[in-house]
Amino acid sequence: MKVIVQEGLFDPYQETRDYEEKCLPVGKHGAVVTFVGTMRDFNDGHNVSSMFLEHYPGMTERHIEEVCEEAAQKWDVIDALVLHRHGEISISEPIVLVAVWSAHRAHAFDACRYIINYLKERAPFWKCESTQQGKRWVEHNTEDPGVNAKGLKQSA
Amino acid sequence: MNITVRYFANMRDRMGRAEDTVSIDGDAVTVEELWSKVSPQEGLPSNVLIAVNMEYTDGSRVLKNGDEVAFFPPVTGG
Repeated sequence: MKVIVQEGLFDPYQETRDYEEKCLPVGKHGAVVTFVGTMRDFNDGHNVSSMFLEHYPGMTERHIEEVCEEAAQKWDVIDALVLHRHGEISISEPIVLVAVWSAHRAHAFDACRYIINYLKERAPFWKCESTQQGKRWVEHNTEDPGVNAKGLKQSA
Repeated sequence: MNITVRYFANMRDRMGRAEDTVSIDGDAVTVEELWSKVSPQEGLPSNVLIAVNMEYTDGSRVLKNGDEVAFFPPVTGG
């Protein structure tokens, strides 16, 4: 498993393909589920022009790694890749990639959803949005209305 | 003992600084007591998150020499 927190822009689809080619054993996985979080131009009723994403170097990586390890204990995960940006982010740019490889889709779906939901709950990142009214810290994340992280934990 | 204190996001804005180095006498100092030293005018905000040496904890955690304590708001990554 690999966790990278970086400032630079990345192509999540190319990163997924490259990682699979370099790190996955041939013929063992039957599913790869990817989640790509991207930058909206609106949030909480305001137009947003850009965003600065602050993090706590060291703690952020540690907690994403813990979440990935938890997912690998709960489901049959062959491998996982998480890339997360920090710093200045522009509209439509990717913020985060979670890719999970498994033999079967159910494990890949659930593990991917667990990782992104718990990452959002525990990894120390903070979004500061630029709006027409000035800069503001985002105070809460949007929730996953389908199956929240705790629901997944209970069903695992 | 010496404690490094770090503030992130709106906690840094609120404190007006990113970091403090605090020297405290005694060997059973809690995070709450540390907070009263770095912010004597204002109690610990109710929604603040606390980490000691990059692990989440709470205000009752007893500190030791060399610990790094961080105060920050709820996280909003992803």
